[in-house]
Formats: sequence, C-alpha cells, structure tokens
Amino acid sequence: MSLIGKGILKGMGVTAKNFFQSYYRKERLPTVEYPEEKATINQFSRNFPFLLYDGDDPVDGMRCTACTLCERACPPQCIYIIKDKDENGKAILSPRIFDIDTSVCMSCQLCVEVCPYEAIRMDSAFELSNENRFEGLLLNREELLKPNAYYHEIHPLEARETDDRMAAKAALAEAKKKARQKRARLAAKNKPPPGLKKTPPTRKKPPQREKSE
Amino acid sequence: MSPVQTMPPRSYHIGKDDLGADILEVAMGPHHPSTHGVFRMDLKLDGETVVDLKPVFGYLHRNHEKIAEDITYPMSMPFTDRLDYLCGMTNNWAYALSAEKLIEIKVPERAEYIRVIVAELTRLVNHCLLIGFFVNDLGALGTPLLYALREREKILDLFEVLSGARMMVNYIRFGGVRCDPPDGWLKECQRIVDAFPAFLDEYETLLTENEIIIARAQNVGVVTREEAINFSLTGPMLRASGVNYDIRKVDRYGIYDRFDFKVPIGGHGDCYDRFMVRMLEMRQSVKILKQAIRDLPEGEIMGKAPKIFRPAPGEAYGRIEAPKGELGFYLISDGTPIPYRFKVRPPSFVNLTALRHMCLGHKVADAVIILGSIDIVLGEVDR
Amino acid sequence: MNNYFDLKLVELGRWIEAFFAHYPTLKLVVHLLLCTLPLALSFMGAFAFTTWLERKGLARIQNRPGPNRVGLFGLLQPIADGIKMLLKEDIVPERSDKLFHFLAPIMLMIPAMIGVGFLPLGDGLHALPLDSAIIFFFAISSLNTIAVFMAGWSSRNKYSLLGGMRAVAQMISYEIPLVLSAVAVIMMAGSLNAQEVVASQQISSWVGSGNILQEFFGRILGWNVFKPWGFAGFIFFFIAALAEANRSPFDLPEADSEIIAGHLTEYSGFKYAILFMGEYISAFAIAGIGVTLFLGGWNGPVFAGLPWFVLKLFSLFAVMIWIRGTLPRLRVDQLMGYAWKFLFPLAILNIFLAGFYHFLERQWGTAIAMLAGWLFGFGALQLAAIALSRLNQSPTIRSKRVYQLVE
Ligand code: SF4
Ligand code: SF4
Repeated sequence: MSLIGKGILKGMGVTAKNFFQSYYRKERLPTVEYPEEKATINQFSRNFPFLLYDGDDPVDGMRCTACTLCERACPPQCIYIIKDKDENGKAILSPRIFDIDTSVCMSCQLCVEVCPYEAIRMDSAFELSNENRFEGLLLNREELLKPNAYYHEIHPLEARETDDRMAAKAALAEAKKKARQKRARLAAKNKPPPGLKKTPPTRKKPPQREKSE
Repeated sequence: MSPVQTMPPRSYHIGKDDLGADILEVAMGPHHPSTHGVFRMDLKLDGETVVDLKPVFGYLHRNHEKIAEDITYPMSMPFTDRLDYLCGMTNNWAYALSAEKLIEIKVPERAEYIRVIVAELTRLVNHCLLIGFFVNDLGALGTPLLYALREREKILDLFEVLSGARMMVNYIRFGGVRCDPPDGWLKECQRIVDAFPAFLDEYETLLTENEIIIARAQNVGVVTREEAINFSLTGPMLRASGVNYDIRKVDRYGIYDRFDFKVPIGGHGDCYDRFMVRMLEMRQSVKILKQAIRDLPEGEIMGKAPKIFRPAPGEAYGRIEAPKGELGFYLISDGTPIPYRFKVRPPSFVNLTALRHMCLGHKVADAVIILGSIDIVLGEVDR
Repeated sequence: MNNYFDLKLVELGRWIEAFFAHYPTLKLVVHLLLCTLPLALSFMGAFAFTTWLERKGLARIQNRPGPNRVGLFGLLQPIADGIKMLLKEDIVPERSDKLFHFLAPIMLMIPAMIGVGFLPLGDGLHALPLDSAIIFFFAISSLNTIAVFMAGWSSRNKYSLLGGMRAVAQMISYEIPLVLSAVAVIMMAGSLNAQEVVASQQISSWVGSGNILQEFFGRILGWNVFKPWGFAGFIFFFIAALAEANRSPFDLPEADSEIIAGHLTEYSGFKYAILFMGEYISAFAIAGIGVTLFLGGWNGPVFAGLPWFVLKLFSLFAVMIWIRGTLPRLRVDQLMGYAWKFLFPLAILNIFLAGFYHFLERQWGTAIAMLAGWLFGFGALQLAAIALSRLNQSPTIRSKRVYQLVE
C-alpha cells in the first residue's frame, strides 16, 4: 500500500523543481518581456502583405501591373485595385489605387502565391496598432510600397530566390524579345502585343469602399 | 451503476425538485472562465446537482461552410485554419485530403512525410494544451497549463519557421505542401521531439497519480462503449470508452501504414480515461515523429496539381484522425471551380452531443470538467 | 538577548504611554490604540506583502517572472493594486440587497482582525491576553462564515449564492477537525491561554541550563510538531485550516473555473479589496494560531519572539502558496466527505494518541514516549488513515488502471 498523498507529494516535487529552476535555467523561464525585448522574428514569419518596387521611386519602380489576380484570390476580399489610366483614358499596367485592409486580411499569403510578377510579398512587422481602426488599418498604395532592399532585410533567403527567379525570367524575356525583334525585322510585320485579357469575375465584386483621392 | 442511470432524465421545463424546492437555473456562459470560449450551458441545478443541461452554441458562428461555397477551392484553405484554431495543420490536411480525392492528385513522398510530421506535432500541441485546460478546469490555477504552453511555444516556433505563421499556418496545399522545410529545421524538430518525452515524464509525475485528480475525474462523465458508438463519438473520447477506432489505423490515409505505433485504449470511458488516453497518445505521436524524421526522403513537395482547380462533377469525403477526433470534409463539385456543397464534420461538435448525457446527475463542478474532457474548440463547434 | 525585539517593543509602548501618565482616560485610549493599531497596520502590510509573495511564488512555479514592473522586483505592486482598487467604480447590482452587500466586507474584516488579536506574537506582544484565548479565537473566527454567506446571498447572483452555500457547508464542516486537532494541544498544555501553550513548547529543563547547545535545541525540539500526536495534529490542523481559509485545494467558495468567483463575483473596487483582505487576514489568523499551537509560537533559538513568529507565519503561507500552485480543487461532496469521513475520525483518534503519549511520558519518560508514540501511535494513525481512505473510495478508484496499447 502506497503512502497516502504520494501522488500529491510527487506533484509538489515537480512544482518545487520548476520554482527553483526558473531562477537559473533559461528554458524554465521562457518569458520575453515584450516592450523592452522584442521577440526575435525569424525570416520566415509572415504578417501582412506589402508591395515591392525596384529602384528609387516607389511609384515608377512598382512591380505590380494591376493584373488583379491577387484581388481575386484573396479569400476575405481585402484587396482593392483600380487600374491606372493615362491622359487619353487608356489603361496602363499599374494600379492607381491599391488598398489592403489589414483589419480584414488574414495573413494567408495566397495573394503572394498567385502574383505572377513577384510584386506582392508578406511583411513581418507586427507593431501595427493604430489609433484609427478604419483608415489607420486600411493601407494604401504609398504605405504598402517598400523597396526590394527591405525585402532582402526581412526575408533574405526568399528575397534571393525571388531575385534569381526574376533575373532568369528577365533573361528569358530578353532573349525572346531579341528573337521576336529579329523575326519582326525579318517579316517587317507589326502586331500590337495582346493585352491582358481579363476573365469575367465569377462572383460579385466587393462593395466599393469610400476612397479619398 | 453510474449516477446517470440512477437519475431518470427529466424534461427541460422543470420548476421544482422532489421536495418542492425551486430548481436553480444557471446560464453558465457564454462568458465563463471555463467554457472554453463562447459556449453556454443552461444548467438546472438541484442544489449543486445537475438535473438538466442544455448546450447553447453558435456564438462564434462565422459561416465557414457557406463562405466556402462562394469561393474557389484553394481559397477555402486559410479558412480551415480557423476551424480548430489549435490544430491548423490537421485541418489543412483534412481539407487537402478531400480535395485530392475529388481530383486525383498524387502526393509526393516527401510531402506525405512532412504532412505526417506536422500533423503529429499538432497532436502534441493539442493534447498537452488540452490536458492543461482540463486540469485548469479541475481548479489547478494554470500551473500544468503554463507548462503545456511552454512546450507548445517550441512547436509553434517550428511551425513559424516552416510556414510563416504560428497558428494560422495555411501550409498544406492540394497535392503537397507549400514549401520545403528550410535548412536546419529538421534538426531543430528532431531536437524538440527528442526532448519531448522528458516533458511528458514531468507532466505525468505532476498529474497522473495526483489523488485529487483521480478522485475528481474517475467515474465522472462515464460513456459506455455502446453509448459512445451511438453518440458517434470519435477520437480520444471514443477510445477512452474502449473502442479501438483510430482513423490512422482504419483508413491508413497518407502513409500512416508505414509507421509502427499503437493506439491507447481506455476501459472506463470516464474523464480520467480520456485524460490518460491523450497522455499516452502523445507518447505514440513522439514515436511516429521519430520514425518520420528518420525516414524523410528527398524529393518533390508538390504533386501535379492543375493550375485552376476545377474538378469534374462528383463528390468526395476526406477524413483524418485530427487530435480531437474524426475531422472530415465533404465536398460536392458541380464542375465549376467553386464547390457546390462544402460540409465539415467537426469532431468537437459531434463529441459535444454527449455532454448532456454525461453531465446529468453530476455536480456543477463535474459538468465543467466533463466539458473540459470533451476537448472542444468553439471555432470548430460553431464554424 | 533572546527576546530582544519583543522587550524593546514593549518598552517603546510603555515609553509612549508614559507621556499620558497624568491623564488616566487618555492613557487608556492610548493604551488601546497601541494594542490594536500597530497590529492592524502590520497585518495589512503583511497582507500587501503576501499578495506580492503569492503572485511571485505562483509565477515562478509556473515559470513566469511574475510582477516586476512597479518598484524593485515588483515589490510596490500591491500599492499600485490598492490605488487601482480605490479608484475603481464600486458597482452594486441593482437588485441586490444593498445593506448586506455593503456590510459583508465589514463583517468579514472584523472577526479577522479580532482573531489576529488573540495571537501571541511574541513575549508580551499580545493584544488580547485572555485566559481562554484559544476558545475565543475559534469562536470569533467562525463568524466569517456569516460574512461570506452574506456576500453570497446579498449579491443576487446565482454563482454568488452557490459560493455562499458552499462556504457555509465547508467552513462549518472543517471547524470540527480544526478544533479537534487543537484539543490535543490544549490537553497537553493544560491551558487555554495562548501564552501558556507557547511556553509549554520549550524543553524547560534545557532552556535555562546555560549550555549553548541545550539552549538552542531546547527552543526547537519542544515544538509540538516534533511529537507524534503533534505532527499528526499539525497535518490535520493544516488541512482544516486550508479549508477554513478557503485556500486551494479547498477554495470551492470562489472556485473560478466553476462559479466565476463565488461570493466575490459581484464585488468590485474597494469592497472587493476589503473582502480580499479580510480573507487573507483570516488566513493569517488561522496560520498564526497553527504556529502557536504546533510550531512553538514565538519560540526559537537566538531571536525568540516576533522574528520567529513572522518567519513561521510566512513559511506556512509559502507552503499554502506552493500547494495552491500545484493542486486542483476537490469537489463539493468530496470536500464534505473528506472532513467528516476522514479528518474527523482521525482527529478524534489523535486525541487518544495524545493521551497515550502523555501516559507513557509520565510512566517512562520522554524518550520512550517518543519512540513508542512515533512507532505505534503514528503507525496506528497511518493505518487508520489508509483504512478510512479505502473505505471511502469506490472500488474502481482503488484499483490502479492499466491502459492497453493495441495495434
Ligand atoms: S494575405 Fe490573404 S487575406 Fe491578406 S491580402 Fe493576401 S490573400 Fe488577402
Ligand atoms: S497579382 Fe501581383 S501584379 Fe497582379 S495585381 Fe496583385 S500584386 Fe499586382
């Protein structure tokens, strides 16, 4: 017959061990005291999307071509894109408005996966609290645009892969273009490049948000 | 004879007890420390004894199934993370499994192994956390829970490196997994898995022999074998009642037939058995994890999935042994990229149906621990 | 040298009183104030410190750092909490019984404070040196049951009501083993006077002998807890005291996972603080009487008196915190069963053990009595405990469970 209360005593032993070890063993006191000490974010963590640009000017170097693939793939429909037009009213391949409502975004990364131009990536900044919960969390194009260097800073591995991929693509496009130019010159025939044809959306558009322009 | 049998079931609209005294009606929840979220138990109490109970839920209803019938198949994946928000990985897997049944996709070897690894890690997370919550409901002021959280943190860090997020992982894709584990991940995983049994030992010393836990949890909330089957319970709930039914063994989905592991079975079907079955399952999970990490092959991580997921008209039901029980996704396709019907079979919802039966005749305090032992997550119950 | 602090404190009191020597009435008032005010204030201070100790201790048990923002090691946290409590809105439920809702915290505080007055804190430091202090103490301390039930009833909240009912049942049941385990001590000391009980816990032939070693151990080994009946009695007393003070694992009246906060549910702001403080001070009072009865009171080597008393009090509290950090809570019927079917018979048995010991000591001296007491008496107690626990448990709980692992 075992002693009465043996299980209780054993349990008390465990808690006592934890009590004392919390003073000298790091793994027994894993607390990160937040404002002073930030939890280390590893380079794979993701939070909310941002837009990438190359070069110095955010708007000119914007990679996004307003193809709206991400807008359509976003499960909670928190991306809102309006294509830019030039003076003649012709659509040009960049967004005039690109909004992401981070209060709705669920950080799923699907927009990143569908983007064919490597233009949208996940940020890992997490201190995004804001006094204004409506406009403050609705990020517009200017707020979303971040340079490629920033991307390299937060996700070095992924950024390098992306750059390699883009370089390969560019080289391929270059080669193709050269070949096409050659052919064009040979055939002396000129066809306008086919514009991106938009498949009609399969469901209703999200209700239009108020936008201040 | 269990108290349940001695106590005739009463109608819900009862006002007085046998002595003519008033029955106390208590709406326990939706804001209550131990209803695991926004769940309400409408209790009728005779003194402290539960004479009737009505579970009320739906406070966290987010229209998951209906939303999924409005968006394309891959877009539902991140929503599944939010069903049982403690086990994003297994939810992903269950959904991916049913989608893979709908449109034949061969999942590469490496992806299957990674899936097993993340699913078993999820099981560890869920079970150690649940036991913490269960003992918390017993009144232990959070000490075991905080130990569980301490260990869970390590696994969540692994998930963060792997998928980018700690809980809302959105990692598994139709035909594979989203990305390959980065360098060093496997080693870290190995280290954590190797260290886990030490934590389990500590946990068991703290809890399993504790006289108070034994007195509180044994013979409380008994579900017999037949009742368990009739209530269509699954997962640890069912196995605690003595039924040998583990979908990992029955269906052998994925590559579970390659691993050597056993299924712990309880004999009494009470809260203590449910708690112990989970405890023992964690050990088996560690065993599976060790084998999976050892055998993980090199190779592709994504199968040949079509660019646009547009299955032929038909239906599919994919189910896995999620930590809480059988998690199934039932999909009907009408040939468009959007599912015609999307149905989730949530284990905690089905397991919850036995709540009234288990609680009748017990005390208020027992109702709380019985609810705790069911292991519900309201995100999954209400969807 | 031994009772240095106590003597100095008593001297200080005399010195202050001497100023009013010519005004007898005023002197009486000052005397009363000197007896009560420092006591009340120091116990409130001790309460503040204990909340810090408890939070810090629990935190470390749970591998957290605990409060560490306000002041050094978060030591000023109780003050910050006090200010917060003071500034908070005092919410009274609309349909509550306002008078009793208001009175309950006061009703809890008064017996707790009176109870503290019965404790012999040191040599001569005794606010209420009655001859029947111990009986009085138990009588007064059981009054707080009423306060808790008042709080539970008047809140007009079902959880509060359940908490209040639990509190009444629990406190009344545990009063009995509590007093019964104290009976053994009173029997052996032959007095109800707290100071005499303390004095009986020295080995008097050693204390005055001048031999340093004997001086040292004479003040330790005489404690009742080192005698077989005292040890058993102390365990019963401690368990019953935990229940009396609503401490874990018997904190059913405020079981947060079941009935939110029991009788405290509808209290907020300063009333809550007072209720909370009242509970802590009753816990102090009970722990203090435990120290007096079993742990030798203020007896102790080198610094006998107040320092030893405080040390023992806080050690007892530390154990309570440790238990709170480890154990889950009992169920209400098990709780009652534990008091009536387990502690109560054992406490009665312990009285017989004490008598047996006393007889042996008279006949053959202390050494034999100790030996026989530990071996037979304590063994008998263990056996009885085992038998009782087996009787009280259902057969399924008694057998150890084995779990199959199937393919
Ligand atoms: S991360 Fe997901 S929810 Fe957020 S914008 Fe991208 S697709 Fe939408
Ligand atoms: S998918 Fe990429 S390129 Fe297209 S709109 Fe979105 S961010 Fe711009």
